[in-house]
Amino acid sequence: MAGPGGGGCPAGGHDLQWCFSQVKGAVDEDVAEADIISTVEFSYSGDLLATGDKGGRVVIFQREQENKSRPHARGEYNVYSTFQSHEPEFDYLKSLEIEEKINKIRWLPQQNAAHFLLSTNDKTIKLWKISERDKRAEGYNLKDEDGRLRDPFRITALRVPILKPMDLMVEASPRRIFANAHTYHINSISVNSDHETYLSADDLRINLWHLEITDRSFNIVDIKPVNMEELTEVITAAEFHPLQCNVFVYSSSKGTIRLCDMRSSALCDRHSKFFEEPEDPSSRSFFSEIISSISDVKFSHSGRYMMTRDYLSVKVWDLNMESRPVETHQVHEYLRSKLCSLYENDCIFDKFECCWSGSDSAIMTGSYNNFFRMFDRNTRRDVTLEASRENSKPRACLKPRKVCAGGKRRKDEMSVDSLDFNKKILHTAWHPAENVIAVAATNNLYIFQDKVN
Amino acid sequence: MAGAAGPGTGPGAAGGDGDDSLYPIAVLIDELRNEDVQLRLNSIKKLSTIALALGVERTRTELLPFLTDTIYDEDEVLLALAEQLGNFTGLVGGPDFAHCLLPPLESLATVEETVVRDKAVESLRQISQEHTSVALEAHFVPLVKRLASGDWFTSRTSACGLFSVCYPRASSAVKAEIRQHFRSLCSDDTPMVRRAAASKLGEFAKVLELDSVKSEIVPLFTNLASDEQDSVRLLAVEACVSIAQLLSQDDLEALVMPTLRQAAEDKSWRVRYMVADKFSELQKAVGPKITLNDLIPAFQNLLKDCEAEVRAAAAHKVKELCENLPTEGRETIIMNQILPFIKELVSDTNQHVKSALASVIMGLSTILGKENTIEHLLPLFLAQLKDECPEVRLNIISNLDCVNEVIGIRQLSQSLLPAIVELAEDAKWRVRLAIIEYMPLLAGQLGVEFFDEKLNSLCMAWLVDHVYAIREAATNNLMKLVQKFGTEWAQNTIVPKVLVMANDPNYLHRMTTLFCINALSEACGQEITTKQMLPIVLKMAGDQVANVRFNVAKSLQKIGPILDTDALQEEVKPVLQKLGQDEDMDVKYFAQEAISVLALA
Repeated sequence: MAGPGGGGCPAGGHDLQWCFSQVKGAVDEDVAEADIISTVEFSYSGDLLATGDKGGRVVIFQREQENKSRPHARGEYNVYSTFQSHEPEFDYLKSLEIEEKINKIRWLPQQNAAHFLLSTNDKTIKLWKISERDKRAEGYNLKDEDGRLRDPFRITALRVPILKPMDLMVEASPRRIFANAHTYHINSISVNSDHETYLSADDLRINLWHLEITDRSFNIVDIKPVNMEELTEVITAAEFHPLQCNVFVYSSSKGTIRLCDMRSSALCDRHSKFFEEPEDPSSRSFFSEIISSISDVKFSHSGRYMMTRDYLSVKVWDLNMESRPVETHQVHEYLRSKLCSLYENDCIFDKFECCWSGSDSAIMTGSYNNFFRMFDRNTRRDVTLEASRENSKPRACLKPRKVCAGGKRRKDEMSVDSLDFNKKILHTAWHPAENVIAVAATNNLYIFQDKVN
Repeated sequence: MAGAAGPGTGPGAAGGDGDDSLYPIAVLIDELRNEDVQLRLNSIKKLSTIALALGVERTRTELLPFLTDTIYDEDEVLLALAEQLGNFTGLVGGPDFAHCLLPPLESLATVEETVVRDKAVESLRQISQEHTSVALEAHFVPLVKRLASGDWFTSRTSACGLFSVCYPRASSAVKAEIRQHFRSLCSDDTPMVRRAAASKLGEFAKVLELDSVKSEIVPLFTNLASDEQDSVRLLAVEACVSIAQLLSQDDLEALVMPTLRQAAEDKSWRVRYMVADKFSELQKAVGPKITLNDLIPAFQNLLKDCEAEVRAAAAHKVKELCENLPTEGRETIIMNQILPFIKELVSDTNQHVKSALASVIMGLSTILGKENTIEHLLPLFLAQLKDECPEVRLNIISNLDCVNEVIGIRQLSQSLLPAIVELAEDAKWRVRLAIIEYMPLLAGQLGVEFFDEKLNSLCMAWLVDHVYAIREAATNNLMKLVQKFGTEWAQNTIVPKVLVMANDPNYLHRMTTLFCINALSEACGQEITTKQMLPIVLKMAGDQVANVRFNVAKSLQKIGPILDTDALQEEVKPVLQKLGQDEDMDVKYFAQEAISVLALA
């Protein structure tokens, strides 16, 4: 594995090649709305991979054990469990439909042989248990094995059932339902490193929950103005620090990030740190505010940095420096001249997410035309890759893609106008320890791995 | 289906070839696996019956192995199972075989559901007492070690609760091992386990030799109290109470107090909150000397903490703290070191802090005596009675009895009245409801004269409140007042006013008259009921609103037993009979019900 400073370049495309591993989902051209993947998340060990979709379903993939007889099938992910997490609902009091779309999935640290995850739609968060069963009880007193009732008069001895092995069965059961705490749409959930609490954020508020208590949550951030007409910004994402249980951040539609310390007071309306990059007056335009809105914020695994994604770029911030990011990577700068048409077709409001590699040395985020971008933080190299069925031969290496940024278009380049804006990659996930990535492209989930030498 | 028949009703009971007693047991055993959770739960709750029928041998060799693997079930079933197994020793053959119960409880101690794990641990603790010393070391201690070194943190958290029960009976070599295991759990990687260890630290310390407490528990305590997670640190405050009780004053000062001082100034408000919340326990544990030197200054800081939650928790403890101070010099300490801070809190910016203080501050008057109360506390009470937050005013009013004993309520009555009136007319009906509930108490303390003059009109106004809950509470209030002030007072002041409402154009108010009569008739007695109330009720039987008419029937049923036979036969019966022919279904129903209850048919 290419580690930080190990000379390897997990994303650069030179030292390390990304290869196709698997694609999940139907091949059909016309995609059912319900099948569109809306979130992707690896478990802490990386052995399980969960996706949620607009139809309220959660699909969990499990990594197969390495198999010597089939070396090509190195660590493939296969369906482990599928279940309906949320159903469409109707709020009669407000006359509002509540979609079943899964907005976020977060795994809990494993606590026993079973696995647990939180899934949420706009309003309700659910805690699911995914467990295995491989034994079945046999032997009844009142009926035979084939189900025929026995004559009750003939019972002369008692039989205690015996457990016999059976085919592995995976069960998903809802353990807790955390409802009625959000007036607006939930955009984030994040589990605390204390393993007993988590936060949920909507447009204006952040609530703190205990994982075992469903009838009570504490409001820790509330930015709702007394008069809604004075509303100028909304919360777009929130996350707990991976190591410090008292620290969390939330990002806003104004492109700023606030870091709060729960030790200092019960209500975190006052932030401890405020991260904001001064705006460049020369590049100011009608769209400035829209494109600076942060669509995702993620702490690095080390807890030293955080990454934010806005419409055109991804930024890495050192928690110790509030004045500006330490790195800014352009994701698709060539779209800057297209903002007007992207505004007209609403694409400018797309919420791209971003993720860190296991060693924090590289970052990944999505773009249009089924392209996704990787940035190596050490070498400063970046690459554009495409999630496509066309080169989906097993072990086929992904070729870097290029988009012409103006001027003459070279042979291997694509023009901006030929990009397909309906094919967007919003959700991606990186295995916590290995170079395995999961990329959600509409209704398909692509899994890529690094090429083994 | 067999399940539907239920145990005891089967044909087996009627006799036959089979053993009659077996059928119900067979049903119970089969229902251990029924698809319906309720039936499984019923079976588990009768597990002792099953075990009794199987006998000790089969219970050990067949039933327990089956139960050991039944951990897939619903939480409520597992919880019931964990509870049952705690009382199972007799059913597996007595103390010699108690260890057979360990495997199923061990697997229950690893499930993710905290209530189930806790119950399993509780049962394990119970069973540990039934083990012989040999069995304890041969079976129970190895189980604790297995749990303590388990892969999943659920098992390690469960282990934390078991150390203290096996330690006292173990040999010294094993004791050292147990301590070692506990030490490593205190520095476990997962905060869950450290929290479990921290919460059991005090309990474990109690069973340890004093030397070990000093040499081992204290360092663990110090570490947990400076854990990086505040959720762990705050639990160390609780442990502090138990540990402090074990140590001499000198050791306490040297070993525990530095940590406690640090906790009282912790960066995290939750830890400081915990110190405030446990203050009375801490005060008792460290004794008067350290209290004066250390805790009082710490308490002053908590009272002016920057976090309102902490101030509120500290404010709640003001009275207990003062009560627990040594009587000698108590007054001076309170007057000089506590009262100035309390005065600040009276005008705190946070209403929870103010209302927490208001709920205990009156209790200080008994401790400080008449003069101090009048001079120093009274101004505070008066200020709180004028507070903008209704909760604060309510808390003061609800504790008036404490002050009444010391200085009499007259001192307050001038300010009390406007406060009561304001609460009585508060826009929030819950506030109005709360003040109504204190009316009988206030009436008792203020006396009938004051009441008639100032409060009676309020009580009557509530009867026509637009919220039903208030009208209902107001009627109950009248009943309590009559019990206090007597029937003559009722006849002169209340009854006429209630009866006037019978002619109100609003049918809800007319019904209130009936509800009042229901409530008052018993307290007022036969004469008033017959002479004054009954005619009104009977007259209302002709009301045009059906709701009023069927409430007349209900009222007659209610007051019937108080009336004499003549009144019943001559006045009530014809009216009920007429209502029994009413065109409205409900009126008919209640009239007929009244007729049969009063035996007038």
